[in-house]
Amino acid sequence: MFFSNFGMSSKKFHTFIKLNPVFQKAFMSENKKKKSPEDSKIEKMLESSRRDFLKKVGLVGAASVAGAAAVYSGYRYEKAKSSGETVKVLTEDNRLVEIPKDQVKGYKPDPKALLLRGREGIKGKKWVMVIDLSRCRNARKCVNACQGAHHLRPYEYHINTLVMQESVNTPKYFMPKPCQHCDNPPCVSVCPVDATFKRQDGIVLIDNERCIGCRFCMAACPYSARMFHWQEPLNAEADKDKDYNIELNVPQKKGTISKCLFSADRLRENLLPYCVSACPNGVFYFGDENENAVTNGTTKETVNLKELLEKNGAYRLMAELGTKPRVYYLPPKNRLFEFKQGEEPEYKELT
Amino acid sequence: MSVKMDVSLFTSDAYKKKLDSVSSDILRNVRINKGFILWLGFLFVALVVCLYAYTIQLRKGLGVTGLRDVTSWGMYIANFVFFVATSLVGMLISSVLGLAGTKWIKPIARIAEIIAVAFAAVAGLVIISDMGRPDRLPYVFRFGRVQSPILWDVTVVTTYFFVSLLLWFLPLIPDLAISKSRLTGRPPFLIKVYDMLSFKWIHHPKQYEIMKQAMRVLLILIVPLAFAIHTVTSWLFAVTPRSGWDSSIFGPYFISGAFVSGTAAVIIAMYFFRVNYKLQKYLTEDHFEKTGRVLVLVSIVYIYFNLNEFIVPGYKLKSLDAIHLKELFTGEYAPLFWGVQLLGLVIPVVLLLFKGIRKPLPMMIIAVFVLAGAWLKRFIIVVPPQAHPFLPVQHVPFQWIVYKPTLIEISVTLASILLVLVIITVLSKLFPILPIWEIAEDEAVTEMEQIK
Repeated sequence: MFFSNFGMSSKKFHTFIKLNPVFQKAFMSENKKKKSPEDSKIEKMLESSRRDFLKKVGLVGAASVAGAAAVYSGYRYEKAKSSGETVKVLTEDNRLVEIPKDQVKGYKPDPKALLLRGREGIKGKKWVMVIDLSRCRNARKCVNACQGAHHLRPYEYHINTLVMQESVNTPKYFMPKPCQHCDNPPCVSVCPVDATFKRQDGIVLIDNERCIGCRFCMAACPYSARMFHWQEPLNAEADKDKDYNIELNVPQKKGTISKCLFSADRLRENLLPYCVSACPNGVFYFGDENENAVTNGTTKETVNLKELLEKNGAYRLMAELGTKPRVYYLPPKNRLFEFKQGEEPEYKELT
Repeated sequence: MSVKMDVSLFTSDAYKKKLDSVSSDILRNVRINKGFILWLGFLFVALVVCLYAYTIQLRKGLGVTGLRDVTSWGMYIANFVFFVATSLVGMLISSVLGLAGTKWIKPIARIAEIIAVAFAAVAGLVIISDMGRPDRLPYVFRFGRVQSPILWDVTVVTTYFFVSLLLWFLPLIPDLAISKSRLTGRPPFLIKVYDMLSFKWIHHPKQYEIMKQAMRVLLILIVPLAFAIHTVTSWLFAVTPRSGWDSSIFGPYFISGAFVSGTAAVIIAMYFFRVNYKLQKYLTEDHFEKTGRVLVLVSIVYIYFNLNEFIVPGYKLKSLDAIHLKELFTGEYAPLFWGVQLLGLVIPVVLLLFKGIRKPLPMMIIAVFVLAGAWLKRFIIVVPPQAHPFLPVQHVPFQWIVYKPTLIEISVTLASILLVLVIITVLSKLFPILPIWEIAEDEAVTEMEQIK
């Protein structure tokens, strides 16, 4: 798998749906308020055929997550004649068929199933990020894209670009700093309620419907990667009625932690993280350690991960702490840009 | 503590006479008078005002405090640590000294337990005031992860509170029976409460025997428990990699500091009860003299841990330790740091070495300094290490960089202190503040020995 804009950049494209009883049942059960035995049966089915299920849900991708998609409820060709509009859908045997639009049943994804898959992660993946410091000139496009996607204020960061200098004799350089998604995450160790957790694909996520706001994780994180909602979040009013998306951490909630998610929602759609694709200078590589391949967010060039790390003297931030970060840095050698520190805007607290 | 109670002593005239005089002295203060109602009323009004500040925080979020992403633990956590620390004195006085057979602690053991109960109870509430989502407190029990030190803290603080409550209550049962039969002219509901709580105590020697056995078990049990609560509290910091917190001696450092603040609190309470309750006969100058020695001992141990905590990293000056220590020694926090170390620790110890200073009034004044210093010391432990994280703090509003507690924060903290005072007031005014039966027993034994 390599990232391309092919895939499910769905809204323009036709809705791809696989007909599948598990899938349909899972997403249609939302009408029943009470948990029936049937529901728990479905949960069991979900559990047993997880791989299968995730693959299918993955296919629906953005459409299902956004809740904007429609599901094909029956292939009744006769009725098609009554309506003019049609949509293309994918059947279980991988045939692309056209059906009347009014035969398509709207659905909302089952929040429980979404939360579950959000906690599990994407099977078989080990996400990894490589940040090439020789290319960063502090455009802060990564920061802005991230803040836009996650509804954050200008001074609330999932990723921040810092001015670094090791000593007076060494030059200054810019360093984008997302969450390091440690394999030995101190934040996850100290969380009292399992609100922040490590997924099988390497991502450290936060469940802001679970977080009690004790901020122990902030105290434990050596990378200052976490932020807290000290006041009502930026889009609180507008996001009020949205279902919580654990892979986007929107809506953000007052009194809870938020943090970089490696854009888990975008990975679900086979897309690169927001910051990675927003960078104009090719600073970020992102990919799967298991595949030993990372893709540059700007050039879309895919390279061998181990080679990239080896040839450029890669390192990890404060490796001596034993946190085992999943973010690698390439030192600021042979820089593309001269170090020029622009005017620092004044950050004022907004309400 | 002898478990067996001598039956002949119990029925002797000497004991009965002593019981008469001691109970009349101590029960004199157990009443609902104007002063008590006024004081309690004042505490409640102040508490309501301060709690109003908390409702603002509930409504608007923790943003009304001075806390931000850089310094995300501040006054509330410092106050929590102080409360847990001070509550440890119950264990020090009753268990460490009591089990060692120290006789003179008998009149002050109950005062120490009241302080332990009050501070431990409110410590739990203080930690809730620091939560971003206090409505999700039940999640700690529903989704609790045993790997998190917060779970350990919740467990041991709760257990310590209940064991301290028992340590206060068990020796009180005979006194409640005495109060029930001897107190006249008090509101009937109070007598009813004594009657209920005294569990039909008839002063049978067998009852005393069972009670003393139970006490001994609890006194042993509370030693590891008390060590656990403050060690775990110190681990909330020590398990993180931050300079200033990343220390392997944080457990004993906190425990030794806890004994200092707790002993100071007991001295202040002793002085108050001695003067206001006119108990000069029972809380004697000798008691102050000896408690003063205890304070010197625990303070010297604490100074020793301070030397370790600051000199060892100060010698190596690892980059971030260096920044942190510079802040404390010569930087922004220097006045606070040196003020606390000198006025709240070193000078009190030096002064208390003189026998002439170990008198009630000067000791009370010194104890106030020590206690205030102990509170500020917790602030120094909690706040400055967060100001200089591993990576630079950039592109944030100015008020995020420097932590300054807000009025709301101070009010909520004040509320917790007021609540402690309410608990101490109620427990010390509605129930005998000194153990009547124990003092009578002791005095009778001494008298009989003198006759022999």
